Amino acid sequence: MSSTEATNQSRRGFFVRITQALGALIAGGLGVPAIVYLLSPPKTRASGAWVDAADLTQLRLRAPEEVTFRRVRMDGWKIITEKSTAWVVKMNESEVVAYTPQCTHLGCAYHWEETKGQFLCPCHTSNFSLDGKVLNGPAPRALDRYQVKLQGTRIMIGPQQQPQKGA
Amino acid sequence: MRILDNTVEWLEDRTGAPSAIQHFLNEEIPASAGWHQVFGSIAIFLFMNQAFTGIMLALNYAATPGEAYNSLRYIMSELTGGALIRGLHHWGASMMVIVAVLHMVQVFLWGAYKKPREATWMVGVVLLLLTLAYALTGYLLPWDNRAYWGTVVTTQIAASAPGAGPYVLRLMGAENGVGVVTFARFYAVHVLVLPPLSMLLIFLHVYLVRRHGVAPAPGDELKPKQKFHPRQVAKDTMAIFAAFAILFSLAVIARAPLGRLADPTDLSYIPRPEWYFLFLFQLLKYFEGPLEILASVVLPTIGIGLLFALPFLDRAPVVRVSKRTMAFVTVVLAGVFWGGLTLAAMRSTPPEASAADNAGPSEWRELSPEELAGVGYFQAEKCGSCHAIGLADEGKPGPNLGAGGAERDAAWMIAHFKQPSNMVPGSQMPAISLSDSQLNALAAFLLKLTPQSAMKLQDVPGFALQGAMIYQKNRCSMCHAVNGVGQKTGPPLNGLGHRRKTEWVMQHFLDPQKLSAGSMMPPYKFSARENEAITSYLMALP
Repeated sequence: MSSTEATNQSRRGFFVRITQALGALIAGGLGVPAIVYLLSPPKTRASGAWVDAADLTQLRLRAPEEVTFRRVRMDGWKIITEKSTAWVVKMNESEVVAYTPQCTHLGCAYHWEETKGQFLCPCHTSNFSLDGKVLNGPAPRALDRYQVKLQGTRIMIGPQQQPQKGA
Repeated sequence: MRILDNTVEWLEDRTGAPSAIQHFLNEEIPASAGWHQVFGSIAIFLFMNQAFTGIMLALNYAATPGEAYNSLRYIMSELTGGALIRGLHHWGASMMVIVAVLHMVQVFLWGAYKKPREATWMVGVVLLLLTLAYALTGYLLPWDNRAYWGTVVTTQIAASAPGAGPYVLRLMGAENGVGVVTFARFYAVHVLVLPPLSMLLIFLHVYLVRRHGVAPAPGDELKPKQKFHPRQVAKDTMAIFAAFAILFSLAVIARAPLGRLADPTDLSYIPRPEWYFLFLFQLLKYFEGPLEILASVVLPTIGIGLLFALPFLDRAPVVRVSKRTMAFVTVVLAGVFWGGLTLAAMRSTPPEASAADNAGPSEWRELSPEELAGVGYFQAEKCGSCHAIGLADEGKPGPNLGAGGAERDAAWMIAHFKQPSNMVPGSQMPAISLSDSQLNALAAFLLKLTPQSAMKLQDVPGFALQGAMIYQKNRCSMCHAVNGVGQKTGPPLNGLGHRRKTEWVMQHFLDPQKLSAGSMMPPYKFSARENEAITSYLMALP
């Protein structure tokens, strides 16, 4: 190989490397912001407002009641008011739980079977106990809950709790 | 590596793609090819950038008037990287126009449009027109005042076309003014019609370039040809990178404009077209009455026709670029014509128009510190998640606070803030836990709200809010006046920026007597941050 050929080869190599390096920089400059843009959550979330949903005195002890309430939440660029429901159970005079109305299996609406004393999902016959535990059926975990707090006798429902692992 | 070789071999056998790429890269180009021929590649890169960022925007964009504005605001303020992506798209559009024109100037000066490359040139002219069509249709899509009123003017110009006017107007869906139909058509053209059309024409353009080869300079036939790859590819890539670096910096530094929501009743808004159309806008002013059509329709049509027919008007043989005096003169004249008109248009742009363009950032300077602090508390308490304060954002759960002017007095408001359901039975609004003086400030701000001022107050810079809140908390108005509100024991603070330097003001807070002997002002032990906020705020006062 003559020396001019060798210089030519190294020049070629330089051109190829500069093309690759700058190409990668451009791809990164466009790709990284795009990934961040698509995957990061919006900056402000409407902090889960507490909604006055029911009154403690109107509930019978250990008798689940389906309660509907209106809740405000951010849906992308819109603030929407939507009707939500919860199964509210007065465990005792100072403890109330509220379950989200979807079965933890595939999201069907379940109901309370008064005679059996169980929550029953009609889709795939999952059964849940009064405290939300899975009794039988394909449901992977106990019923999901809303955060609940009492203000006097008023029952305030907050955002959904993180799903509990295991049944 | 063996796997890679095998994959390439398999691809070669089944598709022939590797050798097609090799063929493309090993194209022979004239010895004189070099830096002056990078503009076409930059234009293709910018097209890909527009497509990519356009798709990114579309993933979070509601293509209906009003909602379009809300979703774009969401993209720009709520999504990380959203303002950057919009910036890349917005400034990329401007850069595309610049690069396309530079590309044409190069081809023109070098005489590269001459036989046998006439068709390549003509396809290029169509691509330029498509670029302008993108600009025109994209202009409406943010649905702010700038977009709305700019498009009103565009459609009115189109309507003045002799004969075809009413039909063009109907085609644009703007018979009864710019509205939902106009928006739908502009959006559909922008994202459905133009992209495949331009891809097809770019493909055709590149195909024609390859068919006739890159235009050689006289004398090239005597020198050995060079290959496209790797030297010219590297030059193209470096040029593309430089363009990308400029674009990226622009997108980071200069926020793409998003003004107030489009308001067809806002007659005070003075529309201005995008900068590259300003010369046409200015030209219109010189032709009045029945002559107006000359500037709006006839001259542009003749201009485009001349551009299109250029290869047939100039049939002289190709000569060296240094000998094309006439071509240089033509470019300079065109540049002076365009530049002069653009400059004249910019000179005549009243400052109000540019202020309104940025959602009136000067508006907050007219509020008293207390009212401005109220804006701060309004934001800090997130009142905006339940209440709209302008004409926009219908459908929030709380009442719109700006739509009807003030119906309540401050005392009512403060009682309401403390225990909402006392004043409005059944109200679901949570009580606001702020001090009385803070609630006073909030009420003062709400009393100032009108449909006109509401939107303008949403873009108050953070330092001004912080500064005003510190000002209000420390009761500065007991001794000082700002915008005519406050006591006159101490000097009024308007125009402080003209009288004092920033460091002086910051020092003065910490130890007033050190800098102005005999001053009655007590020292304020602000943190560095607080001091910076209140000082920036005071220095920004008119």
